[in-house]
Amino acid sequence: MSVTLTEDAAKHVQNFLSKRGKGIGLRVGVRTSGCSGMAYKLEFVDEPDEADLKFVSNGVTILVDQQSLPYIAGMELDYTREGLNEGFKFNNPNVKDQCGCGESFKV
Amino acid sequence: MALLQISEPGLSAAPHQHRLAIGIDLGTTNSLVATVRNGISLVLNDEHGRALLPSVVRYLADGAVQVGDAAQAVQSEDPVNTIVSVKRFMGRGLNDVGDVANLPYRFVDSPGMLQLRTIAGVKSPVEVSAEILKVLRDRAEQSLGGELVGAVITVPAYFDDAQRQATKDAARLAGLNVLRLLNEPTAAAIAYGLDNASEGIYAVYDLGGGTFDISILKLAKGVFEVLATNGDSALGGDDFDHRLYCWLLEKNRLSALGAHDTRALLTRARAAKEELTDRVETRITAVLGSGEMIDTAVTQEDFHAMTQNLVARTLQPMRRALRDAGLSVDEIKGVVMVGGSTRMPQVQRAVADFFKQVPLTNLDPDKVVALGAAIQANVLAGNRSEDDWLLLDVCPLSLGIETMGGLTEKIIPRNSTIPTARAQEFTTFKDGQTAMSVHVVQGERELVSDCRSLARFDLRGIPPMVAGSARIRVTYQIDADGLLSVSAREQSCGVEAHIVVKPSYGLSDAEITRMLQESHGHARDDMQARALREQQVEASQLLEAVVNALEQDGQSLLSADERAGIAAAMDELRARLQDGDHLVIKRAVGQLNDATVGFAQRRMDKSVSHALTGHKISELDN
Repeated sequence: MSVTLTEDAAKHVQNFLSKRGKGIGLRVGVRTSGCSGMAYKLEFVDEPDEADLKFVSNGVTILVDQQSLPYIAGMELDYTREGLNEGFKFNNPNVKDQCGCGESFKV
Repeated sequence: MALLQISEPGLSAAPHQHRLAIGIDLGTTNSLVATVRNGISLVLNDEHGRALLPSVVRYLADGAVQVGDAAQAVQSEDPVNTIVSVKRFMGRGLNDVGDVANLPYRFVDSPGMLQLRTIAGVKSPVEVSAEILKVLRDRAEQSLGGELVGAVITVPAYFDDAQRQATKDAARLAGLNVLRLLNEPTAAAIAYGLDNASEGIYAVYDLGGGTFDISILKLAKGVFEVLATNGDSALGGDDFDHRLYCWLLEKNRLSALGAHDTRALLTRARAAKEELTDRVETRITAVLGSGEMIDTAVTQEDFHAMTQNLVARTLQPMRRALRDAGLSVDEIKGVVMVGGSTRMPQVQRAVADFFKQVPLTNLDPDKVVALGAAIQANVLAGNRSEDDWLLLDVCPLSLGIETMGGLTEKIIPRNSTIPTARAQEFTTFKDGQTAMSVHVVQGERELVSDCRSLARFDLRGIPPMVAGSARIRVTYQIDADGLLSVSAREQSCGVEAHIVVKPSYGLSDAEITRMLQESHGHARDDMQARALREQQVEASQLLEAVVNALEQDGQSLLSADERAGIAAAMDELRARLQDGDHLVIKRAVGQLNDATVGFAQRRMDKSVSHALTGHKISELDN
């Protein structure tokens, strides 16, 4: 099971990376925190970790640490716009429950 | 679910703890808000896709407020209640604002800062600015989907303490937490310096709607240092509009117009100015309140000719900034253009001629300040590691203290990098003096009367001591926002007094320029004046010492003749004291010194023998 990006999301990530001027890809992960137990991590990657799992989706390198994978396997990231706000949306099949705002979740 | 943004490595925010921070360019003509998302600084648009919010606020009878385009659209119908370019009034008294008669507002003078009478009541410039900031805050919160941690707001480098404080107050009133105030040219340098990562010395030429700033900056390894700033806080795009408007009046033989017509023609003049950026000719058409029709053609050439001296007015501050930085034109590696007015071809040409190179214009000159402010806000909010870069700023005018004789002692020299703290020790002037007045002044001149008074406070409770033996440490501290606090502390007993400069008045527009110019033009006079005051102070001190000594020992130690000789020398010195020549006073001081040498010797002997009386030799050995 891997982690993927929609075409639109991939285009945005590539654009951000080229404007930022450095970075080899996107780190997606989870950490324990937040009102419902888990929270997503979404960061640029400058240096990969040896233990990272590596996926390529629509031309973008995605790095996931091994501990995080079980929580987000099969997840797809999309880029959407809601009113004036825009950003990445996580479609995670593992989520059982999430807090009102969706920023943290339970599996 | 919530929409997430990409963070820098290792800096993902915890849920509900997004450190959303914005940069605001609170401009004279237009204001903008920007933020860093996904590692990139970008300007936030409103729901119609517009980035620029015209800095125009209109008050309505029912208390409602219109801000931005809606207010700008009706400013010619309701000029009295539609406030434009309010930034020029921030922290200013009525006397500081030059052309009050030409403005359509009903001003109310009040201590500290003028106010404006509108249909919704009397409003201060701080309240008007807060309305603009509120709109930008709402836009940012909607765009970012959460509450803001804080904002970096930019101000012209020349803003003094009063104007900076007023800007902070406006932000607080708008519900914004001010992370820091940042000089506009410095913000532009951040936007350019980091985006292009080019090192060297740069000049930032910022011709905005109402202010002109020139800054000389050094960029090296991501570290910014401001070497010098200069400018003219009463020169900007508005003046170009006004010049075109005056030309229009002349051309059509119009005399004084009503507020409504004035506003309408100024709006048309501004539009024509913008059209002439890439067209050689345009027409200005308008129908006046009297029904008279105006239809005048204006060419780029006409416009350049009538605004030539406005462009030339930016050159003098550039020369001064270079001189302050100790640099020549050849050492400037690049020139950054900021402000919508730098789109005018005649401005770009003049700058290119001056610096002998084509200025940089690859970032939108209207947005570059906001973009830089957002980058700094992002750092201050903790979204990036701060060792990436460090930012140094400078204070525009020297800060000093008044010493005896009305002389200025500079404590923080002009163009010092801030934040900074400097201390100096002072002492008492008279025997048994138990209080000292600390007078904080701003300016480059030697005499206090030629500088601007910022604050005054007293240090009391100094233990009585002989003149000159108390040690009073005066510390000046400027924080990162350019606000000054001053403290005075007597070192032996620890009594302390402290003041934060809550400035009462801003310097008037012309005043800053005048103060800087005069300091150079008057350097020789100032030196003479200082020498004279110093000599007068020394003379008074000597006279007082002799009077005291005569009172104590004059009868016992001196003959009548000797007393008469000293008295004559004293009279001579007193007579010379008000002389304008310090050398004459110096000579008289010398004479009095000579006349009292013997007396001083005898007093010394007497006090030594007095001290020894009743002591055994063995006691003295210890």
